[in-house]
Amino acid sequence: MQKIGVFVCHCGTNIAGTVDVHAVAEALKEEPGVVFSADYPYMCSEAGQNMIKDAIRDYQLTGAVICSCSPRMHEATFRKAATSAGLNPYLVEIANIREQCSWIHKDMPTATEKAIILGKAAIAKVHLNAPLTAGESPVTKRALVIRGGIAGIQTALDIAEAGFPVDIVEKQPTIGGKMTQLDKTFPTLDCAACILTPKMVDCAQNENIKIYSYSEVTDVKGFVGNFRVTIKRKARYVDETKCTGCGICTEKCPMKKVPNEFNLGMNNRTAVYIPFAQAVPKVATIDPEHCNMLKNGKCGVCAKVCTAGAIDYKQKDEFIEQEYGAIVVATGYNPIKLDRYDEFAYSQSKDVITSLEFERLTNAAGPTSGQLLRPSDGKHPHTIVFVQCVGSRDTSGCGKEYCSKICCMYTAKHAMLTREKYPDTDVYVFYIDVRTPGKNFDEFYRRAVEEYGVHYIKGMVGKVAPRADGTLLVQASDLISNEQLKINADLVVLAAAIEPDKTARPLATMLTASMDTNDFFTEAHPKLRPVESPTAGIFLSGTCQGPKDIPETVSQASAAAAKVIGLLVKDKLTCNPCVAHSDEWMCNGCSSCEKVCPYGAITYSDKEFKMPDRTIAIRRVASVNEAVCQGCGACTVACPSGAMDLKGFSNRQIMAEVDAICK
Amino acid sequence: MQVNNEFKPKIIAFCCNWCSYAGADLAGTNRLNYPADVKIIRVPCSCRINPMFILRAFQRGADGVILCGCHPGDCHYTSGNYFARRRMTLLFSMLDYLGIEKERTRVEWVSAAEGAKFAATMNEFVETVTKLGENKRLEDLRCKEN
Amino acid sequence: MAQVSKEEIIRISGVNPLKCMRCGKCSATCPSYEEMEYHPHQFVYMVEKGEIEPLLKSADSLYHCLSCFACVERCPRNVEPAKLVEAIRLAVIRQQGQNHLKPETIPEVLDEDLPQQAIVSAFRKYSK
Repeated sequence: MQKIGVFVCHCGTNIAGTVDVHAVAEALKEEPGVVFSADYPYMCSEAGQNMIKDAIRDYQLTGAVICSCSPRMHEATFRKAATSAGLNPYLVEIANIREQCSWIHKDMPTATEKAIILGKAAIAKVHLNAPLTAGESPVTKRALVIRGGIAGIQTALDIAEAGFPVDIVEKQPTIGGKMTQLDKTFPTLDCAACILTPKMVDCAQNENIKIYSYSEVTDVKGFVGNFRVTIKRKARYVDETKCTGCGICTEKCPMKKVPNEFNLGMNNRTAVYIPFAQAVPKVATIDPEHCNMLKNGKCGVCAKVCTAGAIDYKQKDEFIEQEYGAIVVATGYNPIKLDRYDEFAYSQSKDVITSLEFERLTNAAGPTSGQLLRPSDGKHPHTIVFVQCVGSRDTSGCGKEYCSKICCMYTAKHAMLTREKYPDTDVYVFYIDVRTPGKNFDEFYRRAVEEYGVHYIKGMVGKVAPRADGTLLVQASDLISNEQLKINADLVVLAAAIEPDKTARPLATMLTASMDTNDFFTEAHPKLRPVESPTAGIFLSGTCQGPKDIPETVSQASAAAAKVIGLLVKDKLTCNPCVAHSDEWMCNGCSSCEKVCPYGAITYSDKEFKMPDRTIAIRRVASVNEAVCQGCGACTVACPSGAMDLKGFSNRQIMAEVDAICK
Repeated sequence: MQVNNEFKPKIIAFCCNWCSYAGADLAGTNRLNYPADVKIIRVPCSCRINPMFILRAFQRGADGVILCGCHPGDCHYTSGNYFARRRMTLLFSMLDYLGIEKERTRVEWVSAAEGAKFAATMNEFVETVTKLGENKRLEDLRCKEN
Repeated sequence: MAQVSKEEIIRISGVNPLKCMRCGKCSATCPSYEEMEYHPHQFVYMVEKGEIEPLLKSADSLYHCLSCFACVERCPRNVEPAKLVEAIRLAVIRQQGQNHLKPETIPEVLDEDLPQQAIVSAFRKYSK
């Protein structure tokens, strides 16, 4: 027999002003199972809580209903009080008679009547409440960071600093990411390599960090605290432990005409290569698509010249399995392909380049050793046109709807640096809007205009046409003077929109982490949980979540690290006990629930059942991983046999509430 | 308890815990009025609402049922409100076929910041249902007391 | 001359000028820019502001547009300025107003050899 206690709060006059609290307590006393009912000025006060505790002990209560403010306010308080008096916290229900009753009604009889009904509904529900205990799951104290650009590096360093082992899985032969390709950084103009390479070296030297370069994540199983990840270590045909990075193989390799991806194909590399001087790990990699030895067994020069004996043409892809407590996604971005923008003649003229190519052209380690020269004829350009928003803020289907955020600033940087190094060049920037929110950003842009004399023109370029004399005819709008401009340019630089890396989508599927329509990872809450994925244990770092500049990326990377550390310091995770539960006898194995679960918390397995006729049947049934289930209840409605139910919000409980309200 | 014979509809509002229930709380905090005929049932997500609950409500004499969830794309559980939307589209058209007018059922997106929208929606919904009058179509008289 | 409203132009063209982000790419790409009094981007702004009258009167703008649709092709926001030009041309034609062909005059001008279809389309074309 249930023994239920009802506690009606006055909340000063907040409730008592429009609800006759005494009448509510009296009316609810008549409900079945209610053995105690009283009202009190402030239930949440020490004295009020003591009243609840005493009643639980004195009347041996099996359930409590508190008619008070919103459960979002004090549910935790009252549950705690119940626990300390020996009542399971999930046997407490709140009837919201303040926010959803006394505060919205002015008329005392109406409000009182509604408060009684809400109380009755809560009593009806509490009759069916079951004691719940939060489960626990262990935490593997190791983190995985996927991709080692500046975001991944910063996250890994911060986690390692806190004393936890971290693995970085990087697809490329070296860590460092996009930032290694940049020349200077806005708005301070410090050299990207000078600030990045020490961090890369820190990663290599940190005892807690292990770098899996030239590797990919191929499978993820498990859940928060207990992920099991398969990592594919692609064969680089060089023994990482033996290679000293001396580079002699790269000098002697006869296959010298491979487009160098580090310089975006603007010069060539050899088939065996080290991407750049400061690569970490500084280990050579053989490109199997271009190596003669690997393609047809004719060459073997690198093996002959390698004094360390590191070359191994027989190396195979290797798969390793590792356990992690948390996973950080730092997959980064790429500039979009511009082949759909015929009007800018990107694929017709070598002198129409993207901003990232421009970075390489001005970088001392780039194809021109830092000399700004036209890719077509190696001559110094005198007129340069920068075009912003190429593919950004584009709803035509060729580009991206969003603002890529970094282009305004790097274009100002490019324009300024060009004018500084080559004052004889004319620099035009065509813009739709100039967006410079950020510390010292607008000052930087204004300097480009005021001190360096960059011509900023409001309007878009409509057409770039290569001319017979090698120059480019740029036709553009000047909207402020209402003119159509025609400029003879030597070089056109397109600020291409940025998009998430292509590996992000399949990775998101593996992680059951959600993405938006642009393939950026979604955060758990756009304002309050910006570095977590809605999937527990998955964290977001850098541009995989949305366009960002370097300082923002680094802040987010450190924030993600803080969240990971907060998870890894725990020995056990407490789970939300209001989770789905499947009645295995009722389950018919249809997989409907598995398909709607946004967290991948439901798995199917064959289980043995002792049937009533003493035979053993093997049936395929669903089971819910309580550590992963977040308790949304989507599966409970999808289940056609009614096997799936949600603890704390069961079908019977909600229907009891419905019945009580409709009475 | 009714003093006069004015028709007072019974309306159940299912609100998801993360957006709409908080929106309803905000309506209260801002002291925005809406009729007492609306009684709110808290569920974790709009996708927890089983069509069975709605049928039950009409069987037990409810005059209108409204579901409130997070705006599309804002669901705390990523996709729950999409499930709710799909399920309710089917259920409501079936109910309409059974004679429960489409106006008696509704899905509305209310965020935690939209207290005013919550109150306005409830005012409007109660008015609509009041005009339609009592729901007799699905009510099971055996469930009636006395 | 009867007033033509902004709403009428928007209805005829199916263009939503509010989508315009004011980048001017339409005018930057326009091959008839020099010949036109009002340029493609101005068509968008002016329709949005409801300044239809000057556009209706600007034969230079209306008939120098080649309808090459370069502006439609290259607009990053799918605004379709050329469709606005076309709508204004149509409005001009509709404003001419005279009913060139009346049903009662048809028997007089009817040529037995003329195909039926041509009569119907002429009627449609020359009457309001």
